[in-house]
Amino acid sequence: MLRRQLLHFGAYTLAGLPLGLVQAQDAKPRKLVVVMLRGAVDGLSVVAPYGERAYAADRPGIAIPAPGADGGMLKLDSLFGLHPSLSPLKKHWDAGSLAFVHASGSPDPTRSHFDAQDYLESGTPGRKSTPDGWMNRLLGALPGEPAPTRAISQGSTPPRIFAGPAPVASLGLGPKAMDRRAIDNPALQAGLAKLYANDPTLNATLHDTTEGRGEMARSMAAVEREEKATDPSADAGAQSARSFAADARRLGQLIRKDPHTQLAFTSVGGWDTHVNQGSAQGQLANRLASLGDGLDALAAGLGDALKDTVIVVMSEFGRTVRQNGTGGTDHGRGNVMWILGGSVAGGQVLGEWPGLDTAALADGRDLAVRTDFRQVLVPVLQRHLGLNDAGLARVLPQAPPSWAQAGKLLRA
Amino acid sequence: MHSRRHCVTTFGLFAASAFAPRLAWAANAAALTPEERAAHALNRLAYGPRPADAAAIRQQGAGPWLDQFLADQLEPRRLAQPATLTERLSSLEVLRLDQSELVGRYRDAIKAAREAKRESAGGMAVEADAANAVREKVRPLVAQAATARLARAMQSSAQLEEVLVEFWFNHFNVFAGKGPVSVLVADYEARAIRPHVLGRFRDMLGATAKHPAMLHYLDNERSVVAGYEPPRAAKRFLADKPELKANIPTGLNENYARELMELHTLGVDGGYSQRDVTELARILTGWGIDQRKALLGGTGDLFHFDANKHDPGDKTWLGQTVASSGQAEGERALDVLAAHPATARHIAFKLAQALVADEPPTRLVGRLSETFRATGGDLKAVTRTLIQSDEFWSREAAGAKFKSPYQYLISSMRAVDAPLTNPAVLLQALAQSGQPLFGAATPDGYKNTAAAWRNPEALTQRVQIATTLSSRIGVKPEALLSTLGASVSEATRKTLAAEPMGQQVALLLASPDFMRR
Repeated sequence: MLRRQLLHFGAYTLAGLPLGLVQAQDAKPRKLVVVMLRGAVDGLSVVAPYGERAYAADRPGIAIPAPGADGGMLKLDSLFGLHPSLSPLKKHWDAGSLAFVHASGSPDPTRSHFDAQDYLESGTPGRKSTPDGWMNRLLGALPGEPAPTRAISQGSTPPRIFAGPAPVASLGLGPKAMDRRAIDNPALQAGLAKLYANDPTLNATLHDTTEGRGEMARSMAAVEREEKATDPSADAGAQSARSFAADARRLGQLIRKDPHTQLAFTSVGGWDTHVNQGSAQGQLANRLASLGDGLDALAAGLGDALKDTVIVVMSEFGRTVRQNGTGGTDHGRGNVMWILGGSVAGGQVLGEWPGLDTAALADGRDLAVRTDFRQVLVPVLQRHLGLNDAGLARVLPQAPPSWAQAGKLLRA
Repeated sequence: MHSRRHCVTTFGLFAASAFAPRLAWAANAAALTPEERAAHALNRLAYGPRPADAAAIRQQGAGPWLDQFLADQLEPRRLAQPATLTERLSSLEVLRLDQSELVGRYRDAIKAAREAKRESAGGMAVEADAANAVREKVRPLVAQAATARLARAMQSSAQLEEVLVEFWFNHFNVFAGKGPVSVLVADYEARAIRPHVLGRFRDMLGATAKHPAMLHYLDNERSVVAGYEPPRAAKRFLADKPELKANIPTGLNENYARELMELHTLGVDGGYSQRDVTELARILTGWGIDQRKALLGGTGDLFHFDANKHDPGDKTWLGQTVASSGQAEGERALDVLAAHPATARHIAFKLAQALVADEPPTRLVGRLSETFRATGGDLKAVTRTLIQSDEFWSREAAGAKFKSPYQYLISSMRAVDAPLTNPAVLLQALAQSGQPLFGAATPDGYKNTAAAWRNPEALTQRVQIATTLSSRIGVKPEALLSTLGASVSEATRKTLAAEPMGQQVALLLASPDFMRR
């Protein structure tokens, strides 16, 4: 209780200062990394409400054992516990840099993966005609100068969230992502530039490619020099493995080394656990272990830049409260958002919790959405990234009314 | 200076509306020349021209060549296939095994993996040995399925059939990375998709619904009436197999029922509710796999309707009462879905988007939808309507589609007449480009719009492929230009001519003209 009051006090102190002054005091540009879990992760297994009687009762085969039990969840507070596979993240919670917003999600009730992901990425739930993604609009609205690597998209295909006119650098997956390729050959680049001169879209893609790759190669070379200096035996050992952790670490390092990079996006699939999702062990536990390692590796790669970074983890919708007939869960509604970073007021599960009583469930089956995902993004965009009201209106048009807990998400 | 250039880039992109291209379907643009029409047909209804196609066009004249080509492509069975292709296909074991035998191979692999684990219990090599056992028995079958697909796409004379197989496989996508789907993808393509791409939609819908690859991929084989108890014989069989016992389902799984309406038929805006999803799942309980054959071996197909797993109650679905009638309920549901106007619209839109433009002309979609309904889902008639439409042959449509990585790779191989000596290299290139063959994990498959594929990573991969092919295959720039014919603009020809000879082929394969189709 006392702690909560202190947090309030901190927020008011900050609110008293002009935003420009706050920004001017730290020279490092603020950063946002969004990690999308495609396929609808079971939020009730990530941050599990062991304090709800219905939780274990509705999930006889897949509930995570209560804190303290064999294979039990890691206690967060008197209601919630963290999946034991996410133990690498517990230190961030204990350090006060990891928070969760439960029963959050999109106001649009679709249970289609593809529409729901689309809405999370366009930032306009219910409206399919939005041509661009909210992170691209954000890139255009952020205060400061554009740069080829101001935004980095990790993966082999362009995500909807970055669709739009502002240039985004792209970083491949796997240990060879930064290897030299044919397109890095200047003579070939010159020839391509002439061929693409009359094709504005390909010309822009070529420009983004060559500028982005050049910038990222310089940053990565700096990372490697630094690693060899501190630990000659390390020699990219961690990076030879093809894993989410290795990719996430590389992304974190690039962000740390490149003062221009402010936005990054990556995604992880494989969460559509309709069958045998398991409990403390099993299919979902394995996926979560890899994700937890990856987020921890991202934080490690960011190093001292983590204090200027907010990492948001989100997924298109949650899954049914009751386990289905095949030891899994079907498509549901409310989920949990994860917020990690130096300026996050961590160590708390935020969001109005509707409970798991049948009367409180959406359509009598799913955790209700009580917090709109955009309400959680607003304080990150405004207080953390310094977006003004006009910019916010561009990035998240028709955003819902401000969130009662908006002041509690970030540290003063 | 620096920031100004960015502004210009940004503005240029915005003006071109890169992420929402809208073509003007105006009648006033000059009609395509016969040479351009031939090139357009090869780029859209085939995987691009080979040197032999260019020679045939020159010899016969573009007009007569195109008439023959279009007539042939709608009747693929009449076409003779090259001997190299027939020989290669007949050498692939995966195409000769039936469903029971294929799943038998998978079962053997799992058994071998378990034994490897048991033998080296506690040892470090456990996981590696088990994985090796699966790899040795399963991977070759997946590789053969991929080889068959690549060989046909590159060499089959029935090119439209290959384009449609790619389209319809993707529409009814299954993922080779999910358990026994791996060994079944070849049979799925050969039996559930390929025979129907110019046949009846209802037949393809039924064939996918009953194929073990789909039944497993979208979990319907496990979806059972609430409170299901396995028969006594099965319980006895399972008594000493706790690892299998945990897999006995106890109720519904909505996965297939939802995607059947959202992706395969009505479309996400087709007007169904969550209740309709649950009710359709109940209707389809019991549609599964013959467990006896799958676990103990046997021959033939694996589809089996199990009345014990079927929900015997009445259902209310899409506003209708469905009286309890076992398997017939599901058959009737597929009839309703196949004949639904929302399905006609959904299929019409997707086909036009794949074959005409990212944002296909509304009138064309309307006509395709009308053909679909009027013919009861005759896909040959629908495809013919598309191929005979003014929109398809318009100047706005020619070259308007940005190739997917698969289309880019196959068309490159054809353009330089490269032999399929090492399929593994091509499969790796596809995986690196974000489009692994049989590797789309989600049931919506791969997208076919420019917005989904045109990005720095894709450009990097394509330039790599272009450079590699240019250095490995000794094709001369003038020969490649001659093969690509009317697909290459005057501007590109002129720019290329001024480039050093050594990089002309790579540049041509990376040109805007060849990135598109």
